[in-house]
Amino acid sequence: MRAIDTSLPPQRPATKTAEFKPSLLLKEDHHLCAGCGEPVAIRLILEVIEELELTQNNVCILGHGCYGSFIMLMDVDSTLCLHGRAPAVATGMKRMRPGVAIWTLQGDGDMTSEGLAEIMQTAARGEDVTCFMLNNGVFGDTGGQMTASSVIGQRTKNTIEGRDAGYHGNPIQLAEILSQMPGAGYVARGSVHNAASINATRKMIRKAFQRPMDGHGLALMEILTMCPTGWFVPPGEGAEYMMESLGKVYGLGELKDAGAASDDDSDD
Amino acid sequence: MTARTEDKAPARAVTRGTVVIDIDRCKGCELCIPACPPQVLTMSTEGNSLGYLYPILEPGCTGCTACLQVCPDFVFEIYRYDDPIDETTATEETIR
Repeated sequence: MRAIDTSLPPQRPATKTAEFKPSLLLKEDHHLCAGCGEPVAIRLILEVIEELELTQNNVCILGHGCYGSFIMLMDVDSTLCLHGRAPAVATGMKRMRPGVAIWTLQGDGDMTSEGLAEIMQTAARGEDVTCFMLNNGVFGDTGGQMTASSVIGQRTKNTIEGRDAGYHGNPIQLAEILSQMPGAGYVARGSVHNAASINATRKMIRKAFQRPMDGHGLALMEILTMCPTGWFVPPGEGAEYMMESLGKVYGLGELKDAGAASDDDSDD
Repeated sequence: MTARTEDKAPARAVTRGTVVIDIDRCKGCELCIPACPPQVLTMSTEGNSLGYLYPILEPGCTGCTACLQVCPDFVFEIYRYDDPIDETTATEETIR
């Protein structure tokens, strides 16, 4: 089979249809592990911000996790806050600058383990902010320990024999809980395990930004992301492992859309 | 450049697009291999400057961007040819 030299752009007449990185990322290099799903999710978020023309009108509030390293790479206004407190900081920013799209970038450890009160109270108040939860079921940043969203049977650094409901408790399915709260206007769960899911997630992210801007209340956008290092699996098997573990508990799709009736988004 | 070729689907007769791969930033996660609809990406058998295996492109790319979307390391750039290449008449020397 003929291997093609892909080190340089083609010499034949061709049109570039996609760049290496989204334009809101300052450079491609990052220090996250091979097979990590978080850069894929961050690419989607940054591309949607550009599509919605929010480039000069958004602020990102990061929690603590591997994704935090992107604070130096993303070309958006951003701040880092205490563990799990991103929705509280977002509340203050939104109230001072109601016309700006305020979004938090958090992991499942940050949101469900460290900051459950903040996200619940922010949803209860119905703040018009967008909260992203990159859910991989482990504290990836500290080496793969169990979080509140680890699923039953999941092997982590401190549940070597698998999470046991009797000993470790049951996972908190935050999206399902928030979907029952009147203050949350949009709740959805996407995934980045394959190209089809990535495209579906992109559409959900659009709504997750639009609904709070239209005054429908808090949007929770959960995105299942791979963490092969934290799961002790080879990088290439991360996507399959995720859908066999987290994917069986956390169903994909929209759980709530308070703005569906007024949706004039023609590309859906 | 060498590639693993076992268990491969036959190459498509037409190449509609191509990619630029920044192999030295690749961490060898292999997520792009099953993501490629025409199955024209295979992993190398030799490492890049960091020691990781990296994807190699074979004829038949459609320029669909699936590899770019799943890649966590942003190593793909996608082009679509103005005129597709007929692979039944293409040779080793065919200009890319």
